[in-house]
Amino acid sequence: MGEAIVITSGKGGVGKTTTSANVGTALALQGKKVCLVDTDIGLRNLDVVMGLENRIIYDLVDVLEGRCKVHQALVKDKRFEDMLYLLPAAQTSDKTAVTPEQMKELISNLKQDYDYIIIDCPAGIEHGYRNAVAGADRAIVVTTPEVSAVRDADRIIGLLEKEENVESPKLIINRIRNQMMKNGDMLDVDEIATHLSIDLIGIVADDDEVIRASNHGEPIALNPNSKAAIAYRNIARRILGESIPLQPLEDEAPGVFSKLKKFFGVK
Amino acid sequence: MKKTQNVTIKGTKDGLTLHLDDSCSYEELKEEIDHKLSDSARSREDRLLSVHVQVGNRYLTTEQEEEIKELVRQKKNLVVDSISSNVITKEEAEQIKKENEVVPVARIIRSGQVLQVPGDLLLVGDVNPGGTVIAGGNIYIMGVLRGVAHAGFNGDKEAIVTASVMKPSQIRISDCITRAPDHYQDDDKREMECAYINDSDQITVDRLQMLMHLRPNITRLEGGY
Repeated sequence: MGEAIVITSGKGGVGKTTTSANVGTALALQGKKVCLVDTDIGLRNLDVVMGLENRIIYDLVDVLEGRCKVHQALVKDKRFEDMLYLLPAAQTSDKTAVTPEQMKELISNLKQDYDYIIIDCPAGIEHGYRNAVAGADRAIVVTTPEVSAVRDADRIIGLLEKEENVESPKLIINRIRNQMMKNGDMLDVDEIATHLSIDLIGIVADDDEVIRASNHGEPIALNPNSKAAIAYRNIARRILGESIPLQPLEDEAPGVFSKLKKFFGVK
Repeated sequence: MKKTQNVTIKGTKDGLTLHLDDSCSYEELKEEIDHKLSDSARSREDRLLSVHVQVGNRYLTTEQEEEIKELVRQKKNLVVDSISSNVITKEEAEQIKKENEVVPVARIIRSGQVLQVPGDLLLVGDVNPGGTVIAGGNIYIMGVLRGVAHAGFNGDKEAIVTASVMKPSQIRISDCITRAPDHYQDDDKREMECAYINDSDQITVDRLQMLMHLRPNITRLEGGY
């Protein structure tokens, strides 16, 4: 029985889809069988980031409306030996085409066959959000060091805490610019973590390579020379290592990337 | 067989006190009030006499209270000032309890969330920006207040708001509202402060220690140190 993890943020444009793609890729690199589910119906783009767009035949709505079987709609990523699949969102319907109950059933079916289901959530807190969260067991909230993103993350965390089936959410701080943080022009990691008071599961530096890789349909996590790739791989390891306690916040929070690397280098 | 009196009238310097027996039936009581007051109505006096009604262990509904007031009012120069009873309903008691108890809550009030209590609120946690806490009485926050706090929701102007770190976006007490300065200075710690309504009907923020002088009634401990 696998686990379903929803990646959400409230605010748009903070990197939910990029995070979903890379965390999924990194988990697959760790030898886990992963299924990515795009729930952003009408505005799908996880397939684009993964470079799987032109292999889509059926989509999420086709599955839920019985036009095909789940395995027919799943797009296999050839870069991984049978480890990474994508269930794309429909582009022609809108979010109300799906109900939370349907999603719940679909996700619990997928959990039979996969170790991890990564659910990419649409922005906002309406219908699409409720669909995405319905089947999830765990949640990861993505934010950037901006006041508006942190405010929306706070709202989403409040909503997630009300979900009975979802464990208390974990936090990823994305697009950190070390220099700006040092100058105090950006909220620092410590400040965000105390403000939101949930566990930090990883921080990702702002890296041009991420955008370049996304545009080529290759998740950055595949490139071991990138800082961001290592950050995503570390996040995947932390997801796997749930029985091993996370390092205390002080070790992680200073915002110094090397500290994180060092921690996992030692391990 | 001698009938005991159900209604006794006593004169005090504040007016008359009507003691109503609590073991007879309500109908009997009404009759006797009517009878007694007709006997003793001193129509020559022009001054209005106020009457306190003491009903002992009898519970009167609002309608019954009105009836008795009406009955007394019909006697020329009498008017009911107050009706006091030794008993209240469970509901009333629970309401009073609720309005007077401190409700402890260990939670973070996040953006978009509203926490409301009828009495005093003791919040062990933060109020984040966009979050709101509302209390009928006082609000004590053991954490950072960054959102909105509304104390004395039902109009209690004596209510106060305290916080370990006071950086609210708004504080409301009763119907007074104050908003935060547009920018908090970074070195501005704003620790251990309280907000209250001052003599000129405006909300003021001061050191926590001032409270004992400003609102001595907050202390409910009676007796020694």
